[in-house]
Amino acid sequence: MTNITVDGRLLEVDDSDNLLQVLLGLGEDLPYFCWHPELGSVGACRQCAVVQYMNEDDKRGRVVMSCMTAITEGAIFSVQGEKASNFRTSVIENLMLNHPHDCPVCEEGGECHLQDMTIMAGHRDRQYRHLKTTFRNQYLGPFIGHEMNRCITCYRCVRYYQDYAGGDDLSAFASRDRIYFGRSADGVLENEFAGNLVEVCPTGVFTDKILSAHYTRKWDLQSAPAVCTGCSLGCNITVSERYGQLRRIHNRYNGEVNGYFLCDRGRFGAEYVNSDDRIPYCGIRNTDGIYEANSAKNTLVHVGALLRDAKTIIGIGSPRASLEANFVLRTLVGEDNFYSGLSGPEAEIGSLLLSVLKSNIKTPSLAQVEDFDAILILGEDTTNHAPRLALSLRQAVRNEAKNLARDARIPLWADAAVRKLAQDARSPMFILTSSDDRLDDVGIPSRLNPDDIALAGFSIAEAINSHAANDDADNDSRINIASIVEALTNASKPLIVTGSSSSSPEIVKAAINVANALAKHNDNTGLIICTDEANTLAVVSLGEKSLPEAGAAADVAIVLENDLFQRFADAAMEDWLEHVTNLIVIDSLDNSLSSRSDVVLPAATFAEAQGTYINNEGRAQRSFGAFKPKGDIAPSWDWLLRLCHGQDLLQDVQHIDELLRTIAEILPELALIVNAAPDAGFRDHGQKIARMTHRQSGRTAMLADVSVHEPKQPEDDNSALTYSMEGANQAAPGSLRAFTWSPGWNSNQSINKFQDEISGHLQDGDPGIKLFTGSSAVAHFVSDKSGPGSGNIRIRVVPRWHIFGSDELSNKSQAIRSLAPSPYALLNPNTAENLNVQTGDALKLDSGDAPSLPVSIEDNVPDGCVICPVLETTRAYLHLSDGVLSKDDDWTAPDGQEDVIVSDRRP
Amino acid sequence: MTDKPLTRNITIGEPTDLSAYEASGGYQAIRSTIGKLSAADVLDMVKDSNLRGRGGAGFPTGMKWSFVPMDKTPDGPKGHKYLVCNADEMEPGAFKDRLILEHDPHQLIEGMILSAYTIDADIGYIFIRGEYHTAAKRLRDAIMEAKLKGYLGENILGTGYSFELYLHSSAGRYICGEETALLNSLEGKRAIPRAKPPFPQVSGLWGRPTIVNNVETLCNITHIVAFGADWFKSLGLGDDSGTKLFGVSGRVKNPGCWELPMGTPIREILEDHAGGMQDGYELKGFLPGGASTDFLLPEHLDLAMDYDTIMKAGSRMGTGTMIILDDKTCPVAMVRNLEMFFARESCGFCTPCREGLPWIYNILDDIENGRGRPEDIEILERQGAFIGAIGNTHCAHAPGAIEPLSSALKFFAEEFNQHIEEQRCPYSHASGPKSGRTH
Repeated sequence: MTNITVDGRLLEVDDSDNLLQVLLGLGEDLPYFCWHPELGSVGACRQCAVVQYMNEDDKRGRVVMSCMTAITEGAIFSVQGEKASNFRTSVIENLMLNHPHDCPVCEEGGECHLQDMTIMAGHRDRQYRHLKTTFRNQYLGPFIGHEMNRCITCYRCVRYYQDYAGGDDLSAFASRDRIYFGRSADGVLENEFAGNLVEVCPTGVFTDKILSAHYTRKWDLQSAPAVCTGCSLGCNITVSERYGQLRRIHNRYNGEVNGYFLCDRGRFGAEYVNSDDRIPYCGIRNTDGIYEANSAKNTLVHVGALLRDAKTIIGIGSPRASLEANFVLRTLVGEDNFYSGLSGPEAEIGSLLLSVLKSNIKTPSLAQVEDFDAILILGEDTTNHAPRLALSLRQAVRNEAKNLARDARIPLWADAAVRKLAQDARSPMFILTSSDDRLDDVGIPSRLNPDDIALAGFSIAEAINSHAANDDADNDSRINIASIVEALTNASKPLIVTGSSSSSPEIVKAAINVANALAKHNDNTGLIICTDEANTLAVVSLGEKSLPEAGAAADVAIVLENDLFQRFADAAMEDWLEHVTNLIVIDSLDNSLSSRSDVVLPAATFAEAQGTYINNEGRAQRSFGAFKPKGDIAPSWDWLLRLCHGQDLLQDVQHIDELLRTIAEILPELALIVNAAPDAGFRDHGQKIARMTHRQSGRTAMLADVSVHEPKQPEDDNSALTYSMEGANQAAPGSLRAFTWSPGWNSNQSINKFQDEISGHLQDGDPGIKLFTGSSAVAHFVSDKSGPGSGNIRIRVVPRWHIFGSDELSNKSQAIRSLAPSPYALLNPNTAENLNVQTGDALKLDSGDAPSLPVSIEDNVPDGCVICPVLETTRAYLHLSDGVLSKDDDWTAPDGQEDVIVSDRRP
Repeated sequence: MTDKPLTRNITIGEPTDLSAYEASGGYQAIRSTIGKLSAADVLDMVKDSNLRGRGGAGFPTGMKWSFVPMDKTPDGPKGHKYLVCNADEMEPGAFKDRLILEHDPHQLIEGMILSAYTIDADIGYIFIRGEYHTAAKRLRDAIMEAKLKGYLGENILGTGYSFELYLHSSAGRYICGEETALLNSLEGKRAIPRAKPPFPQVSGLWGRPTIVNNVETLCNITHIVAFGADWFKSLGLGDDSGTKLFGVSGRVKNPGCWELPMGTPIREILEDHAGGMQDGYELKGFLPGGASTDFLLPEHLDLAMDYDTIMKAGSRMGTGTMIILDDKTCPVAMVRNLEMFFARESCGFCTPCREGLPWIYNILDDIENGRGRPEDIEILERQGAFIGAIGNTHCAHAPGAIEPLSSALKFFAEEFNQHIEEQRCPYSHASGPKSGRTH
């Protein structure tokens, strides 16, 4: 700690931060633009100027940029003094010369950092009378709007996009007062994290097109703290609504999980909440086989009768439904009749993950990932399967740069200087995957088929255990086992990343072995296992069986939020459905399974319901709905609770907090879930927490076209949040913070005010709670294969996830759908020859009902792999490791098929 | 020994080739130094000589070099150290380096070899202004000659010391003359100055220790090594050592560039060498060190041209190439033209420079074209103070740009006011530059 004087006050502060960070951390208001807590300092905007005095006798002082000023013992600063504040006023005056002042029509208005800082810096009267610089805007894809005239040239966008997120198609062009931030030509921004530009940009240059399409001011949004259901990482989001429609997803800061950033699937993938495919009311299929809408009451009576009369009732849970809903279903049907509804490999990998979380192997949070200095990725396509993790890994490889900077005594916040010094020096990150990886540019890639990835993993583990690289493995020219072993064993914090994206439990077992081998010598070893969906872990902890055995009959099957047709091949599904007399589906969107049901109960989405999600780190997080769903639509757990009458255990459970306490009681290992967020009884100074800002305009008139009498706002009995602007609106605990706001700070950057230190934890702790702690040893696995290259090369289908297109729900969002790939089968010339196909042909998966995949041949695909995208139509077939591939003789390339040139087509 | 070491080989016309350069004693300093003297010995010589950087800032060269870490770094590409010659002479009125680059390229090459040896650099770059086509061609030829003769490349003259030298032509931005913007440009990045610290001596080109020196500075090294620090000091008339290439442009009888002792009185440069004002023109003021220095007035003519004297008078010696303002040229128009240049050449990184300079230009353009307003003077002064102080901006570009403006506002206030009051330019600029934005 170091002593400094600021405006006459003696302060004791951390000298590893710059002055701006220190002052913001102390809760001071000091305007800034180019500095960002995650991007560090470059000194471009000059907005955060203060005056520094050489000593007590120095009365003049000199202007310094607080973001570029290190903390030194005895330093004397003035923030409020006239010289400093006049300078800051001049900066904002100059920044605004070319700004169009179009706040009334700008999407950023009302949550604009530029507005906030302009007010804070005190500039009011404008003297500039000359022409403004104007620019042409670009089309940047379905997610992000572009309005360059608003730009104040703070360089945050390119620093975030290029330096932080690794994108290369957004740049600064031209110079002087003609600097242009955009692409070399119009086109979709390629980076999967481009959406963060919306929040990184301090004004309205990059805007959220989903929000713009039906725009609402921030102050008119009704919001809630939610958890993203797009993958297994559980990023915290703010979900916002107006007029019964979801309007946007914004980042919700969690110092342990997502920090300041989301992936584009999470940010732009929730439009499905407003989809026309939503199931609006209960339906019962009549004797003629026609669906009839029915009231909730009648439907429940009908279902109650079915349940009463049934001898066998089974329940199939869901990795995308809440823990609560899965639990109530399990209770309703009995533990023996509960199935997770996961595909085989996913269920197995989920169980492996659970065993790791209960063991002595540490699973780091996303924030902790950034501290690891050697990384081995085994078969996990992070960018497409668990996207936000890829962004953290990209920061982790910078540890080498940070070490160099420490040696050169360059402060780590001096971003440009650290990057210049380090150039391309990086901590090692070995990427063993089957397909090209978006992290290849900062890693050491090896392309192997999944079997060889697993074998490599086993060899690495063995070599670590025996302190020597296996000679056989070393003979494999594609991969240098010894160098991986050396990097991992020399690292102070080695990290193994794996998951289910290759649908290979074998790879996960190998990864566990590697982590286990490392952990024997290094307590700082970390292991991350990513699963396919948001609540895989919850459903795995409730049951091990994935689906009833073939031929097992059921009088009633209740399927919870799970389109089984996307997990199991059509033939298997038809076989199963044949033995189900009454199929009851609880879901939010119409899908292949719901259209086969006898009864359908409309479920609320995450945007309308409360629920608990357990991410792949074992962190239980509560997600709250922003608005009450329409009509009879209700949370799945609510439907199921209402069916539980006469069921002993849940007889008296009416309230979700009672439900959570029951779960904690029945499942002691999940007991901590009750602490994931404050319960419905929580009050801040006697008040509930407001979902609406206190400036919400027109709430009282919103329904005036229907009736001039203002209706009573709906009550929320299930949480401490209100559907109103009445209530506490500022200092809620992080897990209940519906929006971020502080006086003078209307943008998301107000989060500064609620962190224990800048970029640190939230003052009241980061939302969520880690459920599992364990000290037991994890199992040691033995490879089920003899060695690479031994025997015949098996041709196997390798799933490839796509951030846009592979996730069931976000796929129903139009913008995401527009970026999803068409089906393909990617293979190398050898494999193509083996399968007797060439470009212009197609391959068929499995038999009969699977879709055809046009062949695309690339040299760098590993031998024996046929890489196929995980899509709605293909997913069910991709985890079948014994799946048969054959040429589709009936297929002809449709006209205009991309990637097929005419000469490739055979006559 | 000579009293004009920098220009002794220069005759306007063809450049001095290798044999002519060697005949005049060229490359002897290398033979007597590399492998015979330690790097520390040479550094001491440079420090003793009191050589100050000739690029404009006048920073002591020996001290600059002494910050280069001399411990042996690991081999391989990470182990490089760089010497970069700043030959991006692009300021209006500056043409002194061109004289050497075009006419005596070997002098620079020898100076660079000796300098590189002193800081233990193994790779050198000459970053040359894009428009200097002739100089680039002659340098390229000279580098080839020196290489064939064993003065450059692997194992120079069998001493075991290796130094590769490359020529890089700038794509043409004034800001590339700022040493750290130059380094970024050399790396293929946007030419944006870097924040200091870290200084290039510690983390420069590609993050490695790097020295950037001006052409004239590096040329002086050869002579300091050849003739000694005391000789070098004796060349200067005052406290500053050595000779200096001085230039004069404007309405004088004989505009040009001359090598004269450091500390030569301004009057001598202007009247004896530049031949005094053209007939019918009176001296109204002058920018002593180039476009980015404060105006001085006729009353300053007897000052000595050395760093400290000019600094005390309120300006800077800069590159030593003065621009003369005569009594028939409108000072407002002159400053406007200068600010058009500086606004255009801003890299666009920091706010005061990027936004502030075009505003200043726009106001000056209004004033010059009869659209000035009474409050404009106050805005110019306020903007000048805002932009003008070192530290307020990311680099020295904008403070340099403000120097001619703020001094003009002080010395030529009457002319500014007259423009605004009469809503016209009182000078007759029948063929003067037309109004327009910076872009």
